Amino acid sequence: MQDMNPDDIAGTYREYTLELYNAGTRTILVTDIETPYPDGRLIVSRTDPDGIITHVNRSFVEMSRYSEEDLVGAPHSILRHPDMPPAAFKDLWNTVANGETWHGYVKNLRKDGGFYWVKATVIPNVRDNRLVGYTSVRRKPSRKKVEECAALYPTLF
Amino acid sequence: MPYIFTVSPDFTPDHLAGWFIFNTWLQRALREAFHLELYDDFQSQREAIHADKIDLIYANPYDAAMLVRDKGFTPLVKPVGHSDEAIIAVSADNGMTEVEALQPGVRVATTDDPDVHMMGMIMLEPADLNADNIHLKTCDSYVLVAKKLVRGESDVGIFLDEAFNDLSSMVKRQLRVLVSSQIQVVHHSLMLGPKLAPHYDALRQALLAMPDDPKGRGVLSSLGVTRWGGVDQEEMEFMIDLMDTLMV
Repeated sequence: MQDMNPDDIAGTYREYTLELYNAGTRTILVTDIETPYPDGRLIVSRTDPDGIITHVNRSFVEMSRYSEEDLVGAPHSILRHPDMPPAAFKDLWNTVANGETWHGYVKNLRKDGGFYWVKATVIPNVRDNRLVGYTSVRRKPSRKKVEECAALYPTLF
Repeated sequence: MPYIFTVSPDFTPDHLAGWFIFNTWLQRALREAFHLELYDDFQSQREAIHADKIDLIYANPYDAAMLVRDKGFTPLVKPVGHSDEAIIAVSADNGMTEVEALQPGVRVATTDDPDVHMMGMIMLEPADLNADNIHLKTCDSYVLVAKKLVRGESDVGIFLDEAFNDLSSMVKRQLRVLVSSQIQVVHHSLMLGPKLAPHYDALRQALLAMPDDPKGRGVLSSLGVTRWGGVDQEEMEFMIDLMDTLMV
């Protein structure tokens, strides 16, 4: 996956290198700027069984700051923030691989280096008993839950 | 025996006559006998579906999974430009300006309209509110939800946006919108039961061609619909997957 571009970043940033499952390494640039989740919206995306994005809605594009062209065809880990513990994603993939629904609170990385918190639900898409991909829907989290996760996640590394 | 056609019980009362007109159009279009059976509530309609009494339904998205996956229904069309959206409103006198300020124990007026209620409850989640820590009052109509707010008998109301906008201006002046959903992909759809499957192509074609002649346009107008848009199986599966994620 492409490294993040300093020209896209708003404000001062820190640099990290992430090891991404099935997507190699990626240099990311991170700021402390949070974008609040907008009221009443759902962020929706679909991936193929390997986690490659096949569909995004307008709210996804607006919140992530990536274009639809940037997103479709990219691994979903394009949103991976270094503050998210790998254990959370391991749990996600183990759950959906078993055909079950996963939900949790996720800190996502934007193209401009900022972040936004979501309450995420991921379900496997099964057609004629065959897994064809995953649908992920994100909605506005409560501030209390975000604060709990922001305190808990650093302990899970 | 006529085929049985039914409509999601959450239809706007203004369109009641329109559904009877549509039923007449349907019989002419397919040259088959149809009976329009209306149910007072979702529960009695679902019982009829489970008993295989329904052949054609204008269905609430909440019931789409059951219709497609359990009962073998096939999606036909949806009304173009009519996605289902919810509104959270309070009395205009209420000092609340954002959902996050609502506290456990709040009194919420809603209806048994399942998709709107679900979307409304999702919009209350940012305040850590759920069915276990609020007082829910289910009303028979959105007008009654509005009355609960105006009379101070409920603190928050969950509305279908179309129903909220149809309230009289006098009532609306006494209410204030806290948040509106912008989900865009949840919609009612006309769905065909297994017995009518041989008529799928003819009916879909006739529905999509309705705006092309004055009679068809008249029928659509009586339903408040400009035109139908085709819904293929995958689009319906996508909406069902989406609804599944929202029911968590």
